[in-house]
Amino acid sequence: MRYMGMITTVAAALLVSATGAFAASAEKGKIAFGKNGCWQCHGWEGQGGSTGPRLARTQLPVEALTAFVRNTNGPMPPYSEKLISDADLADIYAFVSAQPAPPDPKTIPLLAR
Amino acid sequence: MTDLNGKDGFDRRKFLTGAAVAGVTPAIAQVSTPAQAQGAAPHHTPSALPPTMKTIAAETHPPEELSRIGGKPGSDFMLDVIKTLDIKYAPSNCASSFRALHESMINYGDNTAPEYISCMHEESGVGIAHGYFKVTGKPLITMVHGTVGLQHATMAIYNAYCDRVPLIIIGGNDLDAAARPPGVPTFHAAQDINAIVRDYTKWDDTPVSLQHYAQSMVRAYKIAMTPPYGPVAISLDAGLQQEPIHEHGAKLYIPRYVPSSPPQGDSNAVKEAARLLVAADSPVIVADRCARTANGVKLLVELAELLQCSVVDQGNRMNFPNTHYLSRPAGAVIAGADVIIGLELSDFWGTVNAYTDNGEHGVGVNNARIKPQTKLISINSVDLLTKSNYQDFQRFQTVDISMAADAETTLPSLIEAVKSAITADRASVIAARTDKAKKAHAEIRARDVQAATVGWDSSPISTARLCMEIYAQIKDLDWSLVSSAGDVSNWPARLWPIEKHHQWLGRSGGYGVGYGAPASVGAAMANRDLGRFSVSIQSDGDLMFAPGVLWTAAKHKIPLLSVMHNNRAWHQEVMHVQRLANFRNRPSNYGGDLGPVGTMIQNPDIEYHKLAESMGWWAKGPIKDPAQLGPALKEAVAVVKSGQPALLNVWTQPR
Repeated sequence: MRYMGMITTVAAALLVSATGAFAASAEKGKIAFGKNGCWQCHGWEGQGGSTGPRLARTQLPVEALTAFVRNTNGPMPPYSEKLISDADLADIYAFVSAQPAPPDPKTIPLLAR
Repeated sequence: MTDLNGKDGFDRRKFLTGAAVAGVTPAIAQVSTPAQAQGAAPHHTPSALPPTMKTIAAETHPPEELSRIGGKPGSDFMLDVIKTLDIKYAPSNCASSFRALHESMINYGDNTAPEYISCMHEESGVGIAHGYFKVTGKPLITMVHGTVGLQHATMAIYNAYCDRVPLIIIGGNDLDAAARPPGVPTFHAAQDINAIVRDYTKWDDTPVSLQHYAQSMVRAYKIAMTPPYGPVAISLDAGLQQEPIHEHGAKLYIPRYVPSSPPQGDSNAVKEAARLLVAADSPVIVADRCARTANGVKLLVELAELLQCSVVDQGNRMNFPNTHYLSRPAGAVIAGADVIIGLELSDFWGTVNAYTDNGEHGVGVNNARIKPQTKLISINSVDLLTKSNYQDFQRFQTVDISMAADAETTLPSLIEAVKSAITADRASVIAARTDKAKKAHAEIRARDVQAATVGWDSSPISTARLCMEIYAQIKDLDWSLVSSAGDVSNWPARLWPIEKHHQWLGRSGGYGVGYGAPASVGAAMANRDLGRFSVSIQSDGDLMFAPGVLWTAAKHKIPLLSVMHNNRAWHQEVMHVQRLANFRNRPSNYGGDLGPVGTMIQNPDIEYHKLAESMGWWAKGPIKDPAQLGPALKEAVAVVKSGQPALLNVWTQPR
């Protein structure tokens, strides 16, 4: 059943991006990232930590991220469409993708040993 | 002027009596006036009830002469016993049921060894003793009221039990119902006060004579200090404390304390373990509470280098230098191991298995992390200390060799057995691992540094930035990270060079939140005496269980840099409730906060810097801009170096 659900979700996400039914907004994504609790494990900037991987500037395609959020069987609890809409997920994707590139560690003296 | 002995012929007692009588007369006259005027004047409510004659007398008359105790009080002898055990401090909250021992300690004992440390809460007293032990390796005593005081102390005692920390709890109790004073001692005594901590102490007793007490106290110390360490409790009758010594013909004596040698692994089991380790292609050492002392670290390094094998330090003690090229996080090496030796693991099952809290119907999923043929060896003194009710073990894990023994004590014989088992062939195989190990260690370090840069300038401040700003200010000092109760994504272990046993003291043991603040104060008290600099990363939820310990630090001039990881939540529970809401497919109710109702500490935000200031600390905050953190830390470090505690309230990312 999980597998079927994943196919449906991926298909839906592809449809959304192909038709451009809505334009993703990083600004709205920031709000959705907070109100849906994504920050709890991934940090307010999506920087990741001991409880969740980094999302900032993710290299995953939006479809893969959406499929994972809907159907994760890893440590992350799944979010159904009832909890986060596809539109909100697209906005969240826009938000984490728009995060600034982290500085080169060589430019941070505190990180030199 | 006269002296108190009335040497000029002036009788002080008669003077006071006369003054009191003179004072009483107008008071009585005042009391009678409204009654006489009743009916004539308009009625009005008095601002306070008039004092009774008894009250007036009590407040104005000199106290009657007390009969003096004849001979040496029992509590003086009790203190004599404690003094033979070289116990430096007694962090306690005062209570009538141990008033006699308290009085003996501060007057007869001159308030030294032990020195009374004033605490606001019994949980703080135990937590201070917990932290102190982890720096010094020496236990403290803490005195509590046998009923309500011990009830306050229980969670901290459970933490100490789970963390293998010895301490001696003395609970005062009015045992003799026929002789109890009226009031609180009579209402609130108990037959067996230790019953509520028996499930998580190593031993307890209720001595009924002073000689019994002397034996029990030395026995308690000996049991607590024999690995596996643990807390012990002595119920101390108030009457026995207060009454003078009645020797009944037998002279009281204090038994001499002789430490017991810790249990060591059986020689055949040690030899077999060595054979497996030497024959392995990918052996891994996992250590949790292995290094009880600095020597334990040296021994573990020696064993690892002999085998050129990876070492996973699970962090309940500082077991292995994280700068050593054989140091590894668990995820990097467990799956590929063919032999794993676990040294004082609290959770062997969790070391070699994964549990994902995300199965069908909300039930977790278990997966083995290791290959079926991987051999497992355990050396664990906790096999000798098991209780049925309050449990301190994970799921049962079958191992191939199991030694019920102290790991640090067994390491020298294991090292010798490994040396004997290494043939020339195996020596060359082992040596060939070195270059690969150094490369892998460097790569992990580079990945951690890279990860720390993400969100470096964010506000609230990232936990990586928080930790590295702290380290920049303390790196040239003889520092000790005394507690990091809040999860800061393990950045100190990932990025600070932790090479000495005192640079990391481990966690609470029982996951009893509220450990961080008092344990930090206790550890800082120990480090103060050793000339070291103490820093704690203090989480917000932990501090608020018993914040009065801040006052104790100021009162006793305990220098401690407390940097708050203020994520404004009990964050672990934020994620738990969110997880359950997702499983049940319903939106989580945030109730106007940023996370599920009941898990956030905001609206209003607590001003921890003001709280600390009110209790005598230097404090600053809230610091939300990462650029302000370094300068504030510099100021705070200077304050702590001058001998005072300092707190910075820093708003941080969740983890």
